[in-house]
Amino acid sequence: MAVNKKEDKEKGEPSVVAREKARWEEETLKKFAQKNPERPERFTTVSDAEIDRLYGPWDLPDFDYIRDLGFPGEYPFTRGVYPTMYRGRLWTMRQFAGFSTAKETNERYKYLLSHGTTGLSVAFHMPTIMGICSYDTRSMGEVGKCGVAIDTLADMEDLFDGIPLDKVTTSMTTNAPASILLCMYIAVAEKQGISSSKIGGTIQNDILKEYIAQKSWIFPPRESMRIITDLLAFAKDKVPRWNTISISGYHIREAGSTAVQELAFTLADGIGYVNAAIEAGLTVDEFAPRLSYFFNSHNDFFEEVAKFRAARRMWAKIMKERFDPKDPRSMMLRFHTQTAGCSLAAQQPMNNVIRTTIQALAAVMGGTQSLHTNSLDETLSLPTEEAVTIALRTQQIIADESGVANTTDPLGGSYFVEALTNRMEEQAFEYINEIDEMGGIIAAIENGFPQREIADAAYHYQRQLENNEKVMVGVNKYVMEEESEIDTLIIDESVEREQKERLDEVLKRRENAKVKEELAKLKKAAEGTENIMPHILESVRAYATLQEMTDTLKEVFGEYKDPGYI
Amino acid sequence: MRSDRKLRILIGKPGLDGHDRGVKVVARALRDAGMEVIYTGLHQTPEMIVSAAVQEDVDGVGLSILSGAHNHLFSEVIRLLKEEGAGDITIFGGGIIPDEDIAKLKEIGVGEIFTPGDDTDKIVEWIRGNVRPRA
Repeated sequence: MAVNKKEDKEKGEPSVVAREKARWEEETLKKFAQKNPERPERFTTVSDAEIDRLYGPWDLPDFDYIRDLGFPGEYPFTRGVYPTMYRGRLWTMRQFAGFSTAKETNERYKYLLSHGTTGLSVAFHMPTIMGICSYDTRSMGEVGKCGVAIDTLADMEDLFDGIPLDKVTTSMTTNAPASILLCMYIAVAEKQGISSSKIGGTIQNDILKEYIAQKSWIFPPRESMRIITDLLAFAKDKVPRWNTISISGYHIREAGSTAVQELAFTLADGIGYVNAAIEAGLTVDEFAPRLSYFFNSHNDFFEEVAKFRAARRMWAKIMKERFDPKDPRSMMLRFHTQTAGCSLAAQQPMNNVIRTTIQALAAVMGGTQSLHTNSLDETLSLPTEEAVTIALRTQQIIADESGVANTTDPLGGSYFVEALTNRMEEQAFEYINEIDEMGGIIAAIENGFPQREIADAAYHYQRQLENNEKVMVGVNKYVMEEESEIDTLIIDESVEREQKERLDEVLKRRENAKVKEELAKLKKAAEGTENIMPHILESVRAYATLQEMTDTLKEVFGEYKDPGYI
Repeated sequence: MRSDRKLRILIGKPGLDGHDRGVKVVARALRDAGMEVIYTGLHQTPEMIVSAAVQEDVDGVGLSILSGAHNHLFSEVIRLLKEEGAGDITIFGGGIIPDEDIAKLKEIGVGEIFTPGDDTDKIVEWIRGNVRPRA
C-alpha cells in the first residue's frame, strides 16, 4: 500500500529529491560532463555488473528499514547474526594450513597458535581428499604436496599431538570422505580423554559444490547425500557443537563464477541439504543451526559486502518461508570467508598483500564469523611461514588498528550498498527459481546447469582480461620485467617415502581381523538403511585406512566420473 | 593432404586435483581458434591420457596440473607415449609450476609450460608455431 501511495505521489507531484535530481542533472552534471567527460570504459563490478554514476533514495523506492534490514541478531539478519557483532567477539582468525606429513603440519599449527591464530584449519593432500591412500599408484607425486597426508587414525594422532582438542576449534576441508575424517577427529579426542560432546569445529562436507566447482568427489550425488544425512543424524547427538556442513561458495567463485552465481548456487546447495535431511526424517531445528556457510571475498569491495548481506537476508527468508523453523538459529547464516585465491597474481607477488587486505576488509564489513587471508606467494606454491605471518597480521591490523570493528554493519544504509544488496538478492533468486523448476539442485547438477554457467562466466572474464576490459595490475597493466625473487615452500619428494613407511608400520601393528570385521559391518550398513557413521567410527578405531573405508563404500554406492563439460 | 587439416589437440587433466577452470578456458580458446579439441575430463591417469592420445590420433597433448605432482605426471606421460611409438606428439602444459621445475620439464621433452597470467592468445600462437600435424 505504501508503495502505491509513493508511486502516485511521484506521478502527480515529483518529490523534492526527484525534482532536485533532475535539476542537478541539467544544471550541474551536464555542464560539467561536457567539459570533463567521464572515462570511456564501462563501469562494472569484477562480475561485470553495471554500476550507476550515483546512488540515492531513488534507488530504494520502497525501502523499509524494519522489513529489509531490521536489527542485528534478529530476522532477517541483514545487519549481522549477533546483536553486538565484533564488539562482543572478533571474528575467528583461521588460517588454512597443511603440508607434508602430519608431524610437520603439527609444528606449523603450534607456530600459528603461538602467534595469535584462534582456530585451526586443516588442508589435506589430494589423495586424502579423494579417499585414496599414500601407497596407491594414483598418489604418486601427490603425497604431502597440497596439504597434509592422512592415511589412518595414527596420522591424525600426530597431527593434533600436544593440542588439546577441547581448547581449539578445528575446521577440516574435507568433503567426499568427511564422515571418515570427522570420526578420526572424534577418535583422537577420545584418546586425549575428551568427550566428543566437548569438541567443536567444522567439516566442509559440502559435496554438491564438488560436482559444481571443486570436482573432488568419490560417489555419485544421490549416494553422497545419503552419507551426509547419516552424518547429520549422528552428529546432532554425538558432536552437538560441530558445524556439520560448511556450504561453500568459495570454490564456485574460484572456478570462475560471478558474485551472483556464487550466491545463488551456494544457497541452492543449502536448500538441497535441508530438503535431503528432512526427507531422511530429521526435523529442521535438529540440524539447521549447525549448518554454516563459506564464501569467497574478491576484489570488488562493495559487490562483496552486498553479497554477504544479501546472503544473510536470503537464507533467513528461504528457511522461514520453505521450512518453518521454530529456532531462530535455523535461519541465521553464519559464514567463514577466504580471500580470493583466483584474484592473486604470480607477477609482482607483493601486490597480493594489498589485494588480500581489500578483500579481508570487505569480509569484515560484510560481517563474517571467521576469516582466512591468503598469503602473497600462493600463486607460486604453498605459503612460507613468513608469508603466512603477513597474512595473519593483515587481519590483526584490520581488527586492532582500522576501527572498522567498532560498530555493526557500518555500510548499512548506504544507498549504493543497499541497492546492490537488493539487486544481488533479486538476481540470485531468479537463479534459485530456475533451479527449483529443474527439480532442485541435484537435478540441475545432473543436467550440468551450474557447471556450464560457471564455465561461461570464467571464459567471459578471461576474454575481458585479455582484451584489457578488465585490469589486473602487474598482469595486463603496469607490467614489469622481473625475476621472481621470493622464497617458496618446496615439499621434498622424500615425504612420499616417509609417509609410506609410516603407513606400513601402522598396518603391521594393527589387528587385521578386527579391521576386516568392522569393514564388513560398514558395508552391511551401507547396503541397508542403518546409519553408517558408528561403523565408520569403529573402523577408524581399528586403524582401517581411509582407502579401505572408501573402497568398501564404493562397492555399494559406485563412483562418479567427470562428464567433462567444456 | 594432412597438413591442411585442423590441428587435433588433446587437453588432459592428469592426477587428483579438480581445478579445471584453467583447462576449460584453454580448451575453449583453442576451439575458438579453429583447432579440434578433445578434453579428457578430470582425474585421469597417465595411462588413460596416453591411450586417448593414441586412439584420437592427436598432434599435441596439453596437460594442466595444479597439485604439485607435475614432475611425476609429465615424465610418465612422455615415457608412455614413447612406449606406444607416439613420442613425436608434442607435449605442453600449464599450472602452478615453479621456474626450476619448468627448466627440468623442458629437458625431458616438454615443449612449453604456461603459468598464471599467460593469456590464451600466447598459448594459441605457441601451438601454431610448434605443433605440426603428424604424418
